[in-house]
Amino acid sequence: MEAASGLAETAAPERPAPRADVWGQLAPLLLVFAAAALVPFVGNDYWVLIATRAAIYWLLVAALNLMVGFAGQLAIGYVALLALGAYTTSILAAGNVLPPVPALVALIAAGVVGAAFGVVVGLPALRLRTFYFAISTLGFATIVTQIALAWQSVTGGGIGLPGPELPAPFDTAAGFFWFCLGASALCTWMTFNLAHSRFGRALIAIRDADVAAEATGISKPRLLVTVFLFCGAAAAIAGGLFATLQTYITPDAFSFDLSVLFFIAILIGGRGSILGPMLGTIILTLLPEFAAPLAAWSTFLYAGLLLAIVLGMPGGIAAALDFKNRRPLESNRAIVPRPALLAGILPEASAPRPIRAEGVVLAFGGVRALDGVTLEVRPGQVHGLIGPNGSGKTTLLNVVSGYYRPQEGRVRLGDGELEPGDPRTRASRGIARTFQMPRIVGEASVIENVMIGGTVQGRASFPEAMLSLPRQRREEQDFRTAASRALQAVGLEALANVRADRLQHSELRFIEIARALMLRPAFLLLDEPAAGLSTEEIKRLSELIRQVSRRGAGVLLVEHHADLIFDVCDHVTVLNLGRVLAEGTPAEIRVHKEVVSAYLGG
Amino acid sequence: MLASIIAAGLAVGAVYALIGVTYNVMFATSRVMSFTAGQLGMLGGVFGSLFALRLGVPLLPAFVLSLAACAIVGIVTEFVAVRPVLKSLEQHLYVLSTLALALMIQQVTAIEWSTEPQPFPRVFGIGSGVFDEKFWLPVAACAAAIVALELLYRRTLVGRAFLAIAEDNFAARALGLPERNLRVASYALAGAIGGLAGFAGGELLLAFVANGALLNFYGFVPVALGGLGNNRGAVVGGFALGLFQQAANFLVGGIFSSVAVFVLFIVVLLAAPQGLFGAPATRRV
Repeated sequence: MEAASGLAETAAPERPAPRADVWGQLAPLLLVFAAAALVPFVGNDYWVLIATRAAIYWLLVAALNLMVGFAGQLAIGYVALLALGAYTTSILAAGNVLPPVPALVALIAAGVVGAAFGVVVGLPALRLRTFYFAISTLGFATIVTQIALAWQSVTGGGIGLPGPELPAPFDTAAGFFWFCLGASALCTWMTFNLAHSRFGRALIAIRDADVAAEATGISKPRLLVTVFLFCGAAAAIAGGLFATLQTYITPDAFSFDLSVLFFIAILIGGRGSILGPMLGTIILTLLPEFAAPLAAWSTFLYAGLLLAIVLGMPGGIAAALDFKNRRPLESNRAIVPRPALLAGILPEASAPRPIRAEGVVLAFGGVRALDGVTLEVRPGQVHGLIGPNGSGKTTLLNVVSGYYRPQEGRVRLGDGELEPGDPRTRASRGIARTFQMPRIVGEASVIENVMIGGTVQGRASFPEAMLSLPRQRREEQDFRTAASRALQAVGLEALANVRADRLQHSELRFIEIARALMLRPAFLLLDEPAAGLSTEEIKRLSELIRQVSRRGAGVLLVEHHADLIFDVCDHVTVLNLGRVLAEGTPAEIRVHKEVVSAYLGG
Repeated sequence: MLASIIAAGLAVGAVYALIGVTYNVMFATSRVMSFTAGQLGMLGGVFGSLFALRLGVPLLPAFVLSLAACAIVGIVTEFVAVRPVLKSLEQHLYVLSTLALALMIQQVTAIEWSTEPQPFPRVFGIGSGVFDEKFWLPVAACAAAIVALELLYRRTLVGRAFLAIAEDNFAARALGLPERNLRVASYALAGAIGGLAGFAGGELLLAFVANGALLNFYGFVPVALGGLGNNRGAVVGGFALGLFQQAANFLVGGIFSSVAVFVLFIVVLLAAPQGLFGAPATRRV
């Protein structure tokens, strides 16, 4: 104990922030592309054709991967956008409706149309739950082919129409292949950049910890719509190239089997990976070619693979290739926070504005969970909130952080009112929180989880992130530095690159605190941070909380551990049955008659 | 014309309603929406045609065999695609596992049976015109299934156990209900209901492999509109959908009627994500 606290006192020399291992992750992708570029030299025309098809599919899948693999939106009918792009390009190039335009122009126009329809297809995802959204994309896929069949004057109906021909030098088999390969490489690079930006991390947060994502200020609708634009454009351009490859398109070419291929390639590859889905796409494209008799059974094979992956290896190929996370972790590890490092994280003096909840009433059905509660959290103070189970502590915290909209009363920050019922607005006002059950992205590394906390501070836009422009790169490095500082402050820097789901429960609690610190919060709301911690860990936690408040931040602490509350709080409010039973300094509360009989016992 | 719209609308509506009930019966005991629901409807028609026409089994045994075969498919669904992923319900793995199984069923049917619509036998040979059995049989089957389900749920111990599990899984298990066996039973029941939908609608929809995907979508629409797990909502929604679709079919033509249904589905869901009769969302934090 002595040694540990001694260690905590010394301000450990700050380590340089670890750089992201970008090249290590990019190398396998480059290798695949380099090998693919050689296909025309070593294979015959047939192999070039297959490789072209794989490149076109990957162009679509690479983008769709952001939506399905990263954001976890189960868009299973994406062949609709491939068809849309194929028809748009072919119609514009053939001049069925407007005067004919050059094929490359038609391709770009298809990208624009695809982006618009990408939003239309995706829009239901903003309101509907998974299965509903899956079905709605399925419905969309059926409808696009039916319209293509019915709208004979434009699409040629069942007879179809010729695909566009690209100009020289892309009009030979090899030239066209390299063009497609280049397009898919570009798309891969963009998705790679996005995946390693705050946008990619926010997508994963939406998938695995959507409640926490809201608390960090991530706006799901805005982010998803941007991604839908990107996916739609990429898919439609892939469609245009697909039409060129086919030379002639009919509605039959866009069977549901293709949708299944796209979708399953991502899941076989593994969610949140780029290399995995890429290998998945290549395998699924080649599989029927290697075993010609199996061609009729290809969908059955895909589906069987999907089932096997879901049941046996939910992480997919990516998890199988993730050797780094197989190494056993040190089993006997202690969390040793270094509160002294908080100086580098929290701003010296925050604006002296308190959070005030005034007369908050919230009833669930007939139960008045909060019955006119008033409470003030001042900057620089630790405010304890205690009370029996069901007394409304967490409910009040949820009202303050915007998850519940109170039926009466309001929450103020200084003179302004905090938007009721909108948790996404809290982060930009410097209000951070943790959760009773830690809400962590298990499949992301610890440091990525912490970096999610800084999302609202990002200034680089989506296009900047996509193209990895200087401001984005600078910002990314800043995020990493800040996250690594926060991890050092809570004592988890040794685990920075470990997958978060391999950690112990108590460590997850400290990750949540580190994530909250990324906001440089003026207020920190902690929901039972000590639950499940050992006595030793609670002591260190209490020191950390005290130091956070000494740096000028206001802390609202919901807790059951009376020791922690009386040790660290400047002010305590006791709730009972949704009302304030007592408030005052810890010393006053400890001897308060009603509190002792209702809660503390003794 | 109006009469035939109504006859056809009620008939397909009854099939959609039964598939909706299939979704619901599976959902009730497992909280899983299974993509195999529509495939079960397709299989009802295919098995009926297989037993009665290809193998020459008399109609009544053919009917019983079809339902039994579909019930087995239902049980297989539970064992293969539902049970293993129940623990990770939060991650929605069931969407993938049931989709995979549904695709496998569809592909096997396409290869082993036929990709073209195959004839379905006349069942009773009663009625003609708008009173042809192909129109009233699905409606009768739907009514019978609903009455039987109500009797099961209200009057029998097993039915009440189903309700208990649907209401509160943990509490039901704490009371000592054999939750697993009941879940398997409910999947068998759902399989039989799906098979009934396909068999009763066989003369109308034929024994056609493409019905699977179609029924998956059109059977889900009433569930979505009526609210998850709400059988009455599914029946009302099913008939409404059938009538709307047939009317649109007549007014704007076949292909654009499916566009109309799709647009209606999306618009209603965006306006009321819980369905028209559904319960509000549960707490998240």
